[in-house]
Amino acid sequence: MKFKIYRYNPDTDAAPYMRDYDLDIEAGDKMLLDALILLKEQDDSLSLRKSCREGVCGSDAMNINGRNGLACITPLSSLSEPVTLRPLPGLPVIRDLIVDMTQFFKQYHSIKPYLINNDPPPETERLQSPAQRAHLNGLYECILCGCCSTACPSFWWNPDKFVGPAGLLQAYRFLADTRDHATSERLDDLEDPYRLFRCHTIMNCVDVCPKELNPTEAIGNIKDMMVKRIV
Amino acid sequence: MVNRVVTGAHYGLRDWLIQRITAALMAVYSVTLAAYLLLQPHLDYDVWTGLFSSQPIRTFTLMFLLSVFYHAWIGIRDIVMDYVKPASVRLVIHVLVILVSLLYAAWAVQILWGM
Repeated sequence: MKFKIYRYNPDTDAAPYMRDYDLDIEAGDKMLLDALILLKEQDDSLSLRKSCREGVCGSDAMNINGRNGLACITPLSSLSEPVTLRPLPGLPVIRDLIVDMTQFFKQYHSIKPYLINNDPPPETERLQSPAQRAHLNGLYECILCGCCSTACPSFWWNPDKFVGPAGLLQAYRFLADTRDHATSERLDDLEDPYRLFRCHTIMNCVDVCPKELNPTEAIGNIKDMMVKRIV
Repeated sequence: MVNRVVTGAHYGLRDWLIQRITAALMAVYSVTLAAYLLLQPHLDYDVWTGLFSSQPIRTFTLMFLLSVFYHAWIGIRDIVMDYVKPASVRLVIHVLVILVSLLYAAWAVQILWGM
């Protein structure tokens, strides 16, 4: 199989370049990450992040043939050749396929991704009914791989001000949680032309999410809550 | 002055909502006017002036045009926010767009009630 991989080592390269690789591999039921590990045996200067190799940790997010996704759950058989691999768009490149996720996590932290509840802790858990718990489905599964936010043009233009789809999905995860008591403060924080309302429903986030989540719907739900609050 | 990222202008929801409401109003007006004009057997100057001599139609048209201006102002500001980074240049563009929209609004009144 033929591969074209983005290479950049800031210590030695003046500019990034695309390097061609040829790998003797049968696609079969192998995943792209399997091929990348074999390529790394060929050329150990190739750098990428990986960990769980089963779509749970979100480390190996990259731009695969122009579309963001996780290498470990992308079947080789689904890819047309040459398989073009680039780092996630819009973030600073540290080396090869490794990007600096600082800005992404800064936005994630800005929405206070934890339960805020000042009531004294009960003796057992803070309980929810099954129906209340069901509202968190499609929200809590996010693995923070960054595929969605780095596919979002609004995030490319304003990564310092727009929270981005991943952060907003998490913001709604806590707005939808009956155990959280900071709904009003959370809405206040997002009631801003940049933080939430840079979203123009482009829906690249929904298109690329490897966990098939729907940040656009979550953003719409946040807007609904804001409208309900003022009318 | 320190150069820190500042957000929290608290007008996001208002403008987002206004953009949706003005869009709905523009859609209703466009369909209504297009349907009326298409249903005229003889569309001539008399039909046209007759239509715009009625006060409700003039008012509806003015509401439509004000919606266009407000909608456009929000849209243009969104584009400027993405592509024009220096705050001073952005402010100048904002002021110019507002002034032009106000001018168009005054002109629209003059045209509609001067027919």
